Amino acid sequence: MQDAFGLPQSLLVLGGTSEIALATARRLIARRTRTVWLAGRPSAALESAAAELRALGAGVRTVAFDALDPDSHETVLGKVFAEGDIDLVLLAFGVLGDQAHDERAPTAAVRVAQTNYTGAVSAGLVSARALQTQGHGALVVLSSVAGERARRANFIYGSSKAGLDAFAQGLGDALQGTGVHVMVVRPGFVRTRMTAGLPKAPLATTPEEVAAAVELGLRRRSEVVWVPGVLRVVMAALRHAPRGVFRRLPV
Amino acid sequence: MPAETVSVTGWGRTAPSAARLIRPRTYEEAVAAVRDCGVRGGIPRGLGRAYGDAAQNAGGAVWDMTGLDRIHVVDVADGTVLCDAGVSLHRLMEVLLPLGWFVPVTPGTRYVTVGGAIGADIHGKNHHVGGSFARHVLSFELLTADGTIRTVAPGTPLFDATAGGMGLTGVILTATVRLQPVETSLMAVDTERATDLDDLMARLTATDHRHRYSVAWIDLLARGAATGRAVLTRGDHAPLDALPARARSAPLAFRPSRLPPAPAGLPGGLLNRATVGLFNELWYRRAPRARTGELQPLPAFFHPLDGVPHWNRVYGRSGLVQYQFVVGHGHEDTLRRIVDRISAHRCPSFLAVLKRFGEADPGWLSFPRPGWTLALDIPAALPGLGALLDALDEEVAAAGGRVYLAKDSRLRPELLTAMYPRLADFRALRAELDPRGALVSDLARRLAL
Repeated sequence: MQDAFGLPQSLLVLGGTSEIALATARRLIARRTRTVWLAGRPSAALESAAAELRALGAGVRTVAFDALDPDSHETVLGKVFAEGDIDLVLLAFGVLGDQAHDERAPTAAVRVAQTNYTGAVSAGLVSARALQTQGHGALVVLSSVAGERARRANFIYGSSKAGLDAFAQGLGDALQGTGVHVMVVRPGFVRTRMTAGLPKAPLATTPEEVAAAVELGLRRRSEVVWVPGVLRVVMAALRHAPRGVFRRLPV
Repeated sequence: MPAETVSVTGWGRTAPSAARLIRPRTYEEAVAAVRDCGVRGGIPRGLGRAYGDAAQNAGGAVWDMTGLDRIHVVDVADGTVLCDAGVSLHRLMEVLLPLGWFVPVTPGTRYVTVGGAIGADIHGKNHHVGGSFARHVLSFELLTADGTIRTVAPGTPLFDATAGGMGLTGVILTATVRLQPVETSLMAVDTERATDLDDLMARLTATDHRHRYSVAWIDLLARGAATGRAVLTRGDHAPLDALPARARSAPLAFRPSRLPPAPAGLPGGLLNRATVGLFNELWYRRAPRARTGELQPLPAFFHPLDGVPHWNRVYGRSGLVQYQFVVGHGHEDTLRRIVDRISAHRCPSFLAVLKRFGEADPGWLSFPRPGWTLALDIPAALPGLGALLDALDEEVAAAGGRVYLAKDSRLRPELLTAMYPRLADFRALRAELDPRGALVSDLARRLAL
């Protein structure tokens, strides 16, 4: 069960090698979390992530999960929920893609969309139904500021996150009054493996800061969390900038 | 029976969960509800005054027992009442006071049910002389998980597991309670100020036994030499001859006044260090240094917050956490350290209360034990609150103390066995009585009760 501060005792991470998710898991294990499921494609990285969390004192299990195989989601996630209540589902999988390459290789671009959007739609709906059945829990969806307004530099990734973000907001509204809390997290540029080698963006943040924002959001039962918080204002301005101006901005 | 799925919280309005709310109107309907509870079970709920998740059951059933609200027998000669579990103490006072009887124990609110009073084994300002509520219960009828109704008498394991058992042994349907005779509905109240925590403890230790009711309001925002300054209010039921002549015509009148309810949707942050600090300062200053024999109506003495319906809304969307613990005599150092830490953290807590408990009660999970109990309300949104309370739990557990389950919404489960040594017996009795786990609550899931 979540306590008065929204802290979960059990956690399911979809995208078990995500650095943001693991930073969040470390933070939650330090407080109340004792059971962790890491769902992801079987890999050495997934097992070592599990071992790292185990060392912090949690019972950690891994489960084979592929965002690109929505047909399997019902079965895979159903097994996890059958083992006991899940207080927090952290939907953290996603790929950045390679914009320049993907523009010339539409099938690669589609994979980005399928992972970040349709995979999340499927996993999100399956998780939401299970949470609704148990009558409590939180679904935290890692979106991105890139979804707030598509940019020339990464509109394939951005459009997939825009879809995900809209989906998660709608899901949150649909789950009002069911005891299930849906929280959309919109980080800015996060320094991780995924963004290694990219030019530094302004207002860059870290996985640990995102994790702290998630914990705060759970306590406040926030519906949308920006990391850092000032991005809410910045993006509101950028969103309303005229098209011609926005196109020329160095963002 | 109609059931609607609703979001349910405790009085602290934190951690909501959804459940099918069912309101049995007869014992037969209650039996049917327990028999058909489904895989996620059910939990009885009274008036929802437990602060945390004790009367919530995510994904299962919550049985609203306030539909069973008949008072069956009042024995005016012997001073006992037989009533349904859904009857509130408020209703009992309305009926019993004109007959010259009062409930044996009342907490800080009249809006609790008899069933809830037994389930949480509540205590009041008279614990140092009268013990907890269940000590005055002569018997009750309990609907257990198998759908049978058992009559349970004091001194049996099922009685002691149910008193303080947070509704997890079964659904109390009726109870017979021994009453307290009173001549009037007024209280003769003595008020005095204590300048700091040591002064307060000394005064409570020296003179508590002279009063039936005793409690101290403590200013947890005061710092330095004034840390723990307090206002003691102690009282007894006023005898008839203490009343002025014009009041003697209706000495047992009970007319509690209520203000309009606090509106819904208030923003958080209204109760902050500035507003609560100001309130505490005024509350302390306006209390007389020493006054004896002041006549107060019952509600003013026992239930000041009942005057503002839905006062919990003042804490805004994120709600409040109530923290109440007890540490035994000889652990005054722990109490001092905890008061210092709360004071240093600047918790904006108004109406924090300190009380000296009497003998422990027989319930296996009953909260009171001889020593000092401190209760405080804190806005749940206060930064760092979770970690602070975790640290206080460690201190409490190390001193052999415990926190009160009826108020809890955030205890670390690992500490529970240290705090409640009879927990193993409780779990064993539940496993035998209710093997499929038909009676379960969010509290039970969170703490593995």
